[in-house]
Amino acid sequence: MAALRLHEIPFELVPREVPLLLVHTPAGFPSPAQDDMQEPIDLGAWLVEHPAASYVMRVDGHSMSGCGINDGDLIVVNRAKEPRAGAVVVALVHGDRTLKRLRYMDKRHWLVPEAEGFPHILVDENVEIWGVVVGVARKMP
Amino acid sequence: MSTPIALIDCNNYYVSCERAFDASLVGVPVIVLSNNDGCAIARSAEAKALGIKMGDPIHHLRDKVRAHGIRVLSSNYTLYGDMQRRVIAACEAFARDHEIYSIDETFLDLAGFEDRDLVAHARAMRKQVQRWTTIPTCVGIAETKTLAKLANAAAKKQSCFDGVADLRDEDVRRDVMQAFPVGDVWGVGGATARKLTDLGITTAGMLCDMPMKQARAVGTVVLERLVAELRNVPSAAVEMVEPQRKGMAVTRSFGTPVTTFDRLMGALTEYAMRAGEKLRSHGLVAARLTAFFHTNRHKPDRPQYAGSRTVTLHPMTNDSLELIAAARRAAERVWRDGYAYTKAGIMLDDLVAADMRPRTLFEDDGDKRARLMGALDEINGRFGRWTAVTASQGFKREWKLRSEMRSPSWTTSISEVPTVRA
Repeated sequence: MAALRLHEIPFELVPREVPLLLVHTPAGFPSPAQDDMQEPIDLGAWLVEHPAASYVMRVDGHSMSGCGINDGDLIVVNRAKEPRAGAVVVALVHGDRTLKRLRYMDKRHWLVPEAEGFPHILVDENVEIWGVVVGVARKMP
Repeated sequence: MSTPIALIDCNNYYVSCERAFDASLVGVPVIVLSNNDGCAIARSAEAKALGIKMGDPIHHLRDKVRAHGIRVLSSNYTLYGDMQRRVIAACEAFARDHEIYSIDETFLDLAGFEDRDLVAHARAMRKQVQRWTTIPTCVGIAETKTLAKLANAAAKKQSCFDGVADLRDEDVRRDVMQAFPVGDVWGVGGATARKLTDLGITTAGMLCDMPMKQARAVGTVVLERLVAELRNVPSAAVEMVEPQRKGMAVTRSFGTPVTTFDRLMGALTEYAMRAGEKLRSHGLVAARLTAFFHTNRHKPDRPQYAGSRTVTLHPMTNDSLELIAAARRAAERVWRDGYAYTKAGIMLDDLVAADMRPRTLFEDDGDKRARLMGALDEINGRFGRWTAVTASQGFKREWKLRSEMRSPSWTTSISEVPTVRA
């Protein structure tokens, strides 16, 4: 039978800090906020309510500055939403993406800019409404 | 009566995804190339009309591309994956459950919708998918998966169906099967098709009428089951649970051949990282890892070598750092200087659920490493793949895949979203 042998351990090998408790035990009062905790605000989820049908695009140009959409802004475009007159929309005009407000005037639909010096565009067979703008995002420099 | 199943299939899926964000691709012939820009794997209707076949190598197509102004794109799986997520979300309200069959095909369980006009139901679903994603689709409805697949092919080919074919009615089913080539039936491979043709069985209708015993003799139980499915007897309900993986592989071709061990390890490290990420996302651990690499087999005049080595992972693990170490051990043993390697990969076998894994006597609890891996996944998930990497992977990925004509990540990267003129 093997005998149990004891060795002397050099003093340096003995850990100087011996933890007494391996778990943290809260000693004070429990946090009064514990029951009222909420997730942090998720701006993305708030802005993009319908992620499967929404697309983010970047604005290039100044024709919509009148309604607060500026050059360089990000916009959220929703394809599930019905494009109605009055909505800001992304449209394909001869295949090029353009951002305008959809208006109904003189019994016809028009793409209307919100700044001086940009033309109105008649909605005809060369125009396809791609989606409805439902949000704008911008970081301040 | 069994419950109806639908198969929704996106038309020319990769091309349709590309067209969603680039209108200049609409109405012109477009092809999308395989990984590493090798061969055509998706063709627009216009490209199909020019006689371009699935799998045609791009270097055989150069003249046609020039003559017809064909637009050629590298594959953009980031985009196709994101659009697939959207397609499925658009279908969700129209079915009780779904099973993804491939990146552009999804089976839908229509149980509970039987009382409705299912053709109108499918049309509404197609419209919803088209509206949310711009992607055109076709839908096949039947009571077995094989027939749903056949219905879908009919919907795609025959304009009379206008995109939705319902084969639940026996007469319609007969008609369609009579004109359907046997080789196009889902699950009938080239060899089986030849055997059947030799027996005079050339259409799905004839296959359906084949005696079960004979079917088993010609193509084992697989063909027998297929005949049953054509007779409207389902052999497999829509699989709603993802089957547990038995093995997985991460392999890729190199853009430029790799000639040094360091470069090879750079690639293997990335594959091991990726494999570890996959394992962890499925909650699995692996018992064995194989690393392999080889020279270009299509250039027999060049010096050829293929190295492959399997090592045991003890204890079983999903820790990327352990996988990298194992890949290095394996690759070191079979590495040879003086060859130009064009492909490498990592395979993992004997996967089991992480909590079922056998423990070894001397392993530490691994909690720290698990947290490190968790942090790694979180960082790479939030800030983009390979933000945090191991040093052996390196940042310079010279061996990376060739994909010179890839479109931007239109839908998944803020810096690449489409611009709109205002």
